[in-house]
Amino acid sequence: MAEYSAFSLLANALKGNKDWKPAWRKPDPKASYDVIIIGGGGHGLATAYYLAKEHGITNVAVVEKGWLGSGNVGRNTTAVRSNYLLPANTRFYEHSMKLWENLSHELNYNVMFSQRGCLNLAHTPAQFDDYARRGNAMRHLGVDAELMTKTEIKRLIPALDISDSARFPVVGGLMQRRAGTARHDAVAWGYARGADRRGVDIIENCEVTGFLRDGDRISGVTTSRGDIRARKVAVAVAGSTGRVMQMAGIETMPIESHVLQAFVTESLKPFIDTVVTFGMGHFYMSQSDKGGLIYGGDIDGYNSYAQRGNLPVVDEVMSEMLALFPGLARVRMLRSWGGVCDMSMDGSPIITAGPLPGMYLNCGWCYGGFKATPASGWCFAWTIAKDQPHDLNAPFTLDRFHRGLVIDDKGQGANPRLH
Amino acid sequence: MLITCPYCGPRDVIEFTYQGDGNRERPDPASQNFEAWNAYVYDRLNPAGDHNEIWQHSGGCRAHLKVVRNTLTHEISSVAFARGDHGSAARHKAEDKA
Repeated sequence: MAEYSAFSLLANALKGNKDWKPAWRKPDPKASYDVIIIGGGGHGLATAYYLAKEHGITNVAVVEKGWLGSGNVGRNTTAVRSNYLLPANTRFYEHSMKLWENLSHELNYNVMFSQRGCLNLAHTPAQFDDYARRGNAMRHLGVDAELMTKTEIKRLIPALDISDSARFPVVGGLMQRRAGTARHDAVAWGYARGADRRGVDIIENCEVTGFLRDGDRISGVTTSRGDIRARKVAVAVAGSTGRVMQMAGIETMPIESHVLQAFVTESLKPFIDTVVTFGMGHFYMSQSDKGGLIYGGDIDGYNSYAQRGNLPVVDEVMSEMLALFPGLARVRMLRSWGGVCDMSMDGSPIITAGPLPGMYLNCGWCYGGFKATPASGWCFAWTIAKDQPHDLNAPFTLDRFHRGLVIDDKGQGANPRLH
Repeated sequence: MLITCPYCGPRDVIEFTYQGDGNRERPDPASQNFEAWNAYVYDRLNPAGDHNEIWQHSGGCRAHLKVVRNTLTHEISSVAFARGDHGSAARHKAEDKA
């Protein structure tokens, strides 16, 4: 029976909310597991959940150096979409979208998934043509996409400056209606609870310091809370991928770590009920249920493991916001923060067995990892359980770069700061 | 973040363009060693700590700079011209020859 229901809420409210169980246990690590997942972020927790649920593998530990949700799962701007151009990406992200659509029900945890749409603005006729091409590519694979005219856009987002005197006048846009936002913390907590209730040990404040080996094979990890052995060790550590792989003796990866900033304003009355992106720079914005505008832009553009950025990007993001919404000029920004992104060489992720025997790798999410959370966990769990990729993640190998099989949706080349 | 350009002195990061990892070595253009080319194009050390990188002072003197910067703290410990013989010294040498 569902742990959270209208009845349980009412019953617990009448009893003063004293009988709720913690959403997950705080176990001490056991000496060994079938699978260890390094990284208690969205992807690691989703992987643990699907390993237990889809594959019946419950003797699993998720080891996290901080607390759950302290990394990128709690630092993103919460947008969920599947509006990609290349088939490998479209199929994968659409699978994610379908999992999102049922996620609150599946987890019995309200992740506040809101399909409010995501609109990419076009500012030149050529860009509009390009969006038509991407929209057609999406529809070809069964994903919803529609072109919107300036008038339709103005009706949808009244605050948007669509005048001809705008700095970059709006020509039209590409809308994915099924896209939207979700409450990012709830995603981590929901997966954590779902995994915990199926027997997965979630071990917080447990930093991996090295790998145990049995000959060539990875056979466990050394941590700040002792050695833990496992038949399979899965790595899902996003921006820390380089550091963790170096502990395993892998010096170079097709990854650079970069910092991405995000911002939130004071709460406003309902202002925008969709996700909107700017086409002449890099800017995206939505409004949370609390009323704050959540927005961001480009990564800072240089390698960084610091979870904070510099002022030039702040300045650029604010300028872009005002180019679209001059009326926001006097709204105050409340907070800004940074997260470390694992920027891959083609802008697409890596979900694969290897590169060492006994090891499994999930990384390269650039700054699009949040929307991928369900499919990433689902595909990674499949790969770990069956020792081979699912069709959906088969293209996302680690060796695709050296084999000339890159999946470069934006066509930027091996230039991580531009993806 | 300030970068101290050897020509122009300390300047804000906004004047500079990041040109990426300075550890990479480009193979000889005639080389047909695919592994070496692949490694040059795709593989990165990506250290958490001191990182050798190339910046260009694109909003200033336009010199290419070899910078050692800590990726955890953004602290810059050294800045030099990307080529040892770059800039005025090299130009003077060329003039001497002429």
